[in-house]
Parts: sequence; C-alpha cells; structure tokens
Amino acid sequence: MPTLPITARITLPPSAQRGEVVTVRVLVRHPMERAVDAPGLTPLPRKILHTLRVTYAGEEVFRMALSPGIAANPYLEFTTVATETGDLVFTWEEDGGTLYQREARLVVT
Amino acid sequence: MTVLSRRAVLAVPLLLAGASEAAAADFAGALRAILKDRSPDEGAIAFDIPPLSENGNSVDLSVRVDSPMTTEDHVTAIHILAEKNPFPLVATFSLTPRAGRAEVATRIRLATSQKIVALAETNRGVVHRATRDVIVVLGACVETG
Repeated sequence: MPTLPITARITLPPSAQRGEVVTVRVLVRHPMERAVDAPGLTPLPRKILHTLRVTYAGEEVFRMALSPGIAANPYLEFTTVATETGDLVFTWEEDGGTLYQREARLVVT
Repeated sequence: MTVLSRRAVLAVPLLLAGASEAAAADFAGALRAILKDRSPDEGAIAFDIPPLSENGNSVDLSVRVDSPMTTEDHVTAIHILAEKNPFPLVATFSLTPRAGRAEVATRIRLATSQKIVALAETNRGVVHRATRDVIVVLGACVETG
C-alpha cells in the first residue's frame, strides 16, 4: 500500500556517537477522532492513528499501539541506541488502512 | 409524548451507570489480559503524571522502568491503563534492547478523575506496576480536542 506524507515534527540530536542512547521526540498532526456522541457535538466516525512503527536502518526498533485515549496531535518520546548513520522511518496506520510515513536521518559519528 | 420523554430522561442515568460499569469491567479485563495470572511487583517504575489536571484532553505522562535493557534482561512492553476511560487500555509501547533505556512519554485523554496504571512486562516474565491517582477538573468527554 502506498504511503502518504503527514505533518510531523521529529526531533533528533544533530549527531550522535556510536552506542549513545538518543531521545526521539515525535509530534504528528492528527485529530484522533474518537466518535464521541455527546449533546452539542456533531458525531464524527472514529478515525485515529492506531499504530506507529519505527524502523532504524531497516530494522524495527519501536512500536506503539494508540487508542482513542491518546490526545489529538499525538506526541511521543522514546529512546534508541545510535548504531549507524541511517534513516528512522515512522509509519502511522490510520483506521481504514491508510498509511502515513515520515523519515528522519540520524547521523552517527 | 410527555411520558415518553420522561422515560427517556429517566433512562439517561441508567445508561451512564451502565457505561461506567462496562468501562470498569473492560479495565479489569484489559488488566487480566496483560497480567495472564502473573502478579505484578510494585516499584522499578518511575511514573510521572500530574496529580491534578485542569483539562483532560491532554495530560502529559512519562514512564521510566529500571532495566538494563540487555538481550538477557529487557522490558518488552509498557502499557498505560485508565480505569474510568471508555477505552481503558490507552497505549501499549513495544520495546527491544535497541531502545537503550526503557523510557517513554506521551499525552493522553482522561474522561474523569481516576486511577492510572502503568505496567511494564519484561522478557523474563516479570511484570512491574505503578499506580497514580489523578484529579481531572474538566474531562476529555466534555469538549472535543
């Protein structure tokens, strides 16, 4: 399935030493529509990003299962060990099967 | 017509009570599904969440598990559960030794004042637990956001 771009801010250190634990921060723009049917609200069908997979130089290093209990514009912080210069690929899966992807390069010295 | 609408009004609290009971059952079920008859030990988790939140639409939390994160001994999953949310299993993070540290942070929605549980599973079958009571002034189910 082809992936679509998505507005996201991915924060990584400008460079890291081999073996260093780096903190990755990700903020993605998404309403995380959770199908609330309350007085005064227009009911919208549920549409959330339910899975995030992160690969680093082709290998999966992190995965998150999201629920309607995650705030709109999901924010995430996690760590990974810098092994080699390579791309961190973030793939979000939305309800309905749409895939969104963003990449960030980690430079290892 | 009047009778019907009165019935409808009377039915509302019942429906609400039913919903929160369902959430509680779901919470217990979600907890059981993760624990699988293992008894969690307290400690080993530093769980940061504000004790009072003005707005339940976005509550910062962070979880740090004391683990060497080696191939032999590492955290494989961190779960966040909210007792009174319509979907009690809020998030699951899957980790590998490549994480280096068992440390995650995110922002969650909270329906009301309740108990938040963080569970950490290790590859050795040990489960760590940390529980925090939080007060939410304005729940996430009131307004969109």
